[in-house]
Parts: sequence; C-alpha cells; structure tokens
Amino acid sequence: MTLRGAGMGLLTTYASPVRAKSRRYPRTGGTYGSEIPEYATLVLEPPDRPAETADRLRLVIQLEGVTKHYPRSNRPSVEDMNVFIDKGEFVFFIGPTGAGKSTIIKLLLREEVPDKGKITVGDTDVTRLRRWKTPAYRRSIGCVFQDFRLLPNRTAAENVAFALEVIGKPKSVARRVVPEVLELVGLGGKEHRYPHELSGGEQQRVAVARAFVNRPLLLLADEPTGNLDPDTSIEIMRLLDRISRTGTTILMVTHDSNIVNQMRRRVIEIENGQIVRDQARGVYG
Amino acid sequence: MRAKYVMSEVFLGLWRNISMTVAMIITMAVSLTMLGAGLLLYNQVDVIEEYYQTNLEVVVYLDRGIDQTLTDQIQNELEDSGYAEQVQYESQDEAYERFKDTFEESEDLVSSVDPSVLPAAFRIKMKDIGDADKLIADFSEREGVYQVTNQRDILQQVFDILGGAQRLTLIVALVQGVAALMLVANTIQVAAYSRRREVAIMKLVGAPNWFVQAPFVLEAVFAGVIGAIFAFATLIAAKFLVIDGQFKDLFSLMPPISMQSILLLLPILTGISAVISAITAWITLRFNIKV
Repeated sequence: MTLRGAGMGLLTTYASPVRAKSRRYPRTGGTYGSEIPEYATLVLEPPDRPAETADRLRLVIQLEGVTKHYPRSNRPSVEDMNVFIDKGEFVFFIGPTGAGKSTIIKLLLREEVPDKGKITVGDTDVTRLRRWKTPAYRRSIGCVFQDFRLLPNRTAAENVAFALEVIGKPKSVARRVVPEVLELVGLGGKEHRYPHELSGGEQQRVAVARAFVNRPLLLLADEPTGNLDPDTSIEIMRLLDRISRTGTTILMVTHDSNIVNQMRRRVIEIENGQIVRDQARGVYG
Repeated sequence: MRAKYVMSEVFLGLWRNISMTVAMIITMAVSLTMLGAGLLLYNQVDVIEEYYQTNLEVVVYLDRGIDQTLTDQIQNELEDSGYAEQVQYESQDEAYERFKDTFEESEDLVSSVDPSVLPAAFRIKMKDIGDADKLIADFSEREGVYQVTNQRDILQQVFDILGGAQRLTLIVALVQGVAALMLVANTIQVAAYSRRREVAIMKLVGAPNWFVQAPFVLEAVFAGVIGAIFAFATLIAAKFLVIDGQFKDLFSLMPPISMQSILLLLPILTGISAVISAITAWITLRFNIKV
C-alpha cells in the first residue's frame, strides 16, 4: 500500500507545476520522515561538479545532437539532445512519463540506434558500434531496473555469478568475487536464498550486486526504487551512493522527488524529448 | 562450465515443450526417411544402368522360314557392321529351351507353344549400347529379319517406374521437410518466449550472441539428429522387412540395394538435418531475439 501510494503521490505531484513538498510528506507516513536525518548525513557532501573545475575529469557520457524518432509508434522520442557526464558523477534523469528518459537508457545500451547525432560512452562511439561488438560494450555498463530482473530459479549468489558466467569468466573468479560483492551490498549470509525468499529491497541489492560485479564504468538505474517502500529506497540509495564514490558514474531515472531533493546531485529534467533543466545539486522541481 | 549450462538449457527447453518436440522429431523423421528412400532410388538407377550396360543385348529376330544362306549373310553383315562386340546365333530349338526356362513355372503356357513358332535370332553384344539405334535402323528393314529389339527399351520402363517413385519420395520429403522446419521455427519461438527473461538478462550483462543463441540452435540440432536416427532406423527396417522380406521377388529383378549404401545414409541424413535445423533456428532467432 505504501509503495503504490507513494508512487501515485509522486505522479500527481509531478503533473502539477506547484511544488507539493509540504503536502507530500504526511502522505508517505511517519517512518519516512524519521529516516530523513540519517539519510541526510549520507548526502551531506555531494562532490563538486567536476566539469566546472580546471582539472576536468574524463567524460564518460557524451550525447551530441542525439535525435531518435519512432515514426510508426508513439514511443517517446528524443530531440537534438546534448548531455555531457563526467566520470564519477551521479546524475538524476527526471521528467514525466513519456518524456524520453527510457529512450535515452535504450540508446546508451545500444538497444536502439539514434537517427542523428553521436553517443560516446567511455572510449566507445556507440553510434558506430558494430552489432557483434555490442555484447562486449555492454559489459562496461551495469543495469538496475524497477522490477529487479533476477532469475527466479537461481540463488542470490548464482544470480550474481550468472553475470560472470555468461561472459566467460572462470568459476574460480566467481567463487572469489561473488561473496565479496554480496557482502558489499549487505547481503552477507543470504547468498543461498532464492529471490522469492528475499524482500524487495534485498532483491534489488542482488540486482545492484550483479550490476556492479564487473566493476562497470557506468551504472544505469531505471527507477530502481520504484517498487520499494521509502525506507528500503533509502537503503538502496545509500548503496548506490557508495558505489558512486568508487568512481562509477551513475545515471538514475527516477520519479522519487524525496530522493532527488535529499541527494542534491546533478539533475537533468526532460520534457518531450528535450532537456528543460540541467542543474548541479538540483532538486526535483 | 558454460558448456554444461548450455546443455542443461537444451534439454530443459526440449522437455518443457515436449509435445512440440515429439511432433518436430516425427515430422523430421518422416521427411528424412523419404529423402533417404529418394536418394537410394537415385543411386539404384545408377547401379542398374551400370549393371546392364555390359549385359544389354540387341536381339535380331529372323523370319520363320529363313534359309541357311540368308542367315549366314546376315551374320556376316552384323559382324562387319562394326557395332557388334559379339554375335551369337540362337536357333529355334535354343529359343524354345530359353522360353521353357523363363516360364518354367507356368507349364500350360509352355505346352501350348510349339517350338516352331519361336523365331531364331542373333543375340548381339554391342561395343557401345548407345549405337543400338543405328544398328536397328540398318537391319530392321533387311530381308529375312523379322524384328530388331533393344533390351534397353524394355529396361527403360523399369527406369520410368523407379524415376516416378523417386520423384514421389522427394516431393513427400520436401513437403514434410517444410512442415518440419515450420515446427522447428515454432518450437524455437516458444522456447525463446519462455526464456525471454534469461535472454534479456544475458543480453544486459553482455553475454556474447553465440552464447545467447546456442541453447536454441542446439535444441533444433538435437531434434534434427534424433529425427535422422529414426529415419535411418526406418530405412534399415524397410530393407529387411520389405525389400528382403515381403516383396523379395519383386526386388529380385534388380540388383540388391546394398547395406553399404544404406549405412552411408546415416551421416548424410544426420548432416543435412542438423545443418538445416540449425540454420532455421538461427534465422528464427534473428527475428525473435534482437541484439
């Protein structure tokens, strides 16, 4: 109930241009409020935006004039988009449903190819990437989704090991690395549980572990807290923040205004396939 | 490790969709049996042709009332014509003996025929059976010659029957083959759908395409190989039960279908079936699993 209520609240809030922060808090319940101080300590010191400093770090994502239309369907399109994201940045993508946020994720994963423009991730020119090289490219990206996407017939450890297995890492590597990563995400001792034996938050931790186990350059998170209650959402955000501090760039699509407002990281707001706001240490709006 | 994973996925996939798997194997087996039979017949025509190439004769039947001088004359002409390897005279009595041998089992027929009715003949072994038409043209109108026949013309009817049977088996093989491939495509679609979650995750974490596709392609190949083995077993059974069994007399007219040529079909059928199934599965996947 909390989950659904929170989600609905955010959606309706977003639809109205009025800031509804004060109205939103009571609706999500007291637990969330009591968590805030602790959560705030996590986000006290967001890193300065490196792009504005002289010793500018390496760009991880470059979108230059990227345009993508779907002429035969009403899937959201992207219009002449320019985005530059540095290594280690934590960026929120916000915007109404159908604004084109997921299309950007698809473009970055090379599930789609832009009509126009150039996408570079790390050293890879994604727009020119050969089809057969796509799998190797995707290994440099970790993904977390709202619906966890775990294999139901495999334990937590096996789910994480699967990511290593399918790219041909020897079993000895999995035996060494998987417990480490599960420990890191706070699932030590639950390695042998199946997804249905884990809570939503724990399942998402497994998904984060799987995304992170290859130490990706970039971690894409598509509404990772969308199915979680506020407390659990905060735990997942804390985890993502820790990962971000290891130098992994994180790009997170979200509708959760509380998280955005408290993390105070870079916010890119999209509407109708265009960037309407790009703000360092931004708020939800 | 990965091989083990792929193999377990293959059997799981086939088992999950067992009725479709069985249908696929049966259709493939029927198609391949027909293909195998067609290939055997094709081979058989060659074997028969080769077998008779050296044994075929042109027979020059002589008029009944012919005298010795004319007979000698004709013999000399045949020998001098350059077409004949060997010319053998068969008198009326010898013709009657041959007739009796041939129709040994129907005594009524033999007793109703008077030896003098049968014509004397020259049996000619040709240097090249292809020249038979020229020889027939030269001699059929000659005085004292009743008729010239080429045994190959009689054999031609056998060839026509074999050719018809061969076409029939190949058509059935083709139709069944198309049905089998559609079943393969369908099975692969169902398998890909039931495993879409795994496939999506594999693609996300960057599994190579061959690894994503291997279980599906191998499923099809596995079914194809099993189908080929069934087809092979059916052909072996047909050899023992039909050719060497019930219809032994019918098939004794032609040189036997050798065990060797049937054994040779096992690798041929397996290979064809595996390769075509794999290609079908792979093409189906191209449309179902987008990279």
